[in-house]
Amino acid sequence: MHYTICDVVLDLVHNSIEADATLVELSLIEEDDTLIVIIKDNGKGMSKETLERVKDPFYTNGEKHKARKVGLGIPFLVQLAGQVQGTWNIESSQGIGTTVSFSLPKQHIDLPPVGDIPSCLLSAFCFSEHADIVVHRFRDGTQIYSVKRSELADAVGDLSDVQALLLAKQYLESLET
Amino acid sequence: MAKMTLEELRKLREAQKSEISKRETAGKEITIIVGMGTCGIAAGAKTTFDTLIKAVEAQGLSDKVVIKQTGCMGLCYVEPTVEVIVPGMPQTIYGKVDSATAEEIVKKHLVEHTLIEGHIYDRPAIDIVKK
Repeated sequence: MHYTICDVVLDLVHNSIEADATLVELSLIEEDDTLIVIIKDNGKGMSKETLERVKDPFYTNGEKHKARKVGLGIPFLVQLAGQVQGTWNIESSQGIGTTVSFSLPKQHIDLPPVGDIPSCLLSAFCFSEHADIVVHRFRDGTQIYSVKRSELADAVGDLSDVQALLLAKQYLESLET
Repeated sequence: MAKMTLEELRKLREAQKSEISKRETAGKEITIIVGMGTCGIAAGAKTTFDTLIKAVEAQGLSDKVVIKQTGCMGLCYVEPTVEVIVPGMPQTIYGKVDSATAEEIVKKHLVEHTLIEGHIYDRPAIDIVKK
């Protein structure tokens, strides 16, 4: 089980990247009493049969991910949503992409901490240079920022460079204020 | 902290680059790879990643080190895992790398060229299903 909601988000973004998505759109929507996350990708998508089985933590075909052998991102999400009486949904079409969304009540006593959002976004941006990631962050009905991996990399350079990473983190932290 | 614009960020980066004589990633010889699979994330690999960035900067090694991420290295039981590649030293995978161990890796492995006992693990076989 993941410790923070950011960990769940990062795991799901990795799923999109490893499904050969070239574009991942992540919306983080914070409302008065609810936290909503939507992750939409243009990756290879899933068949109806696979879509049903991804919820099973014991399901694997051994080649589920290119790099990651264990796919527990979605089972963790299902568990989290059940634990706090939240909701979740996955829509997927083969060759078109997948959209994963979930909504969690902020006041539920069992809700894990949100986590460090700038750190989560930086990790997501560093995972692969082949997928562009666009993040839309909303709070109380207002979009507080939007950030795109390609634009960030264009500004600071290679996101494996330590100083570029430190600057990118500083930038992402400034957006959260 | 006021919101920074991309333009401000770009200027900061350019200023930094001129300070360090435009050192490029291609010339860097040390590579650190952090395992960021589901298992790594659940075990705190994000914190390890952040600590490594700060520790490398603190040791003045930014111009020599590249920090990357990968998925699961197959060592889920000892996450977070970190692979370190330093010329002249064995390619090493460290497990159970919390913040303190991450700092130790930078100080001992990268600077003093000494391996850290109790955290070294072998890479497992990669196959799960034979086709």
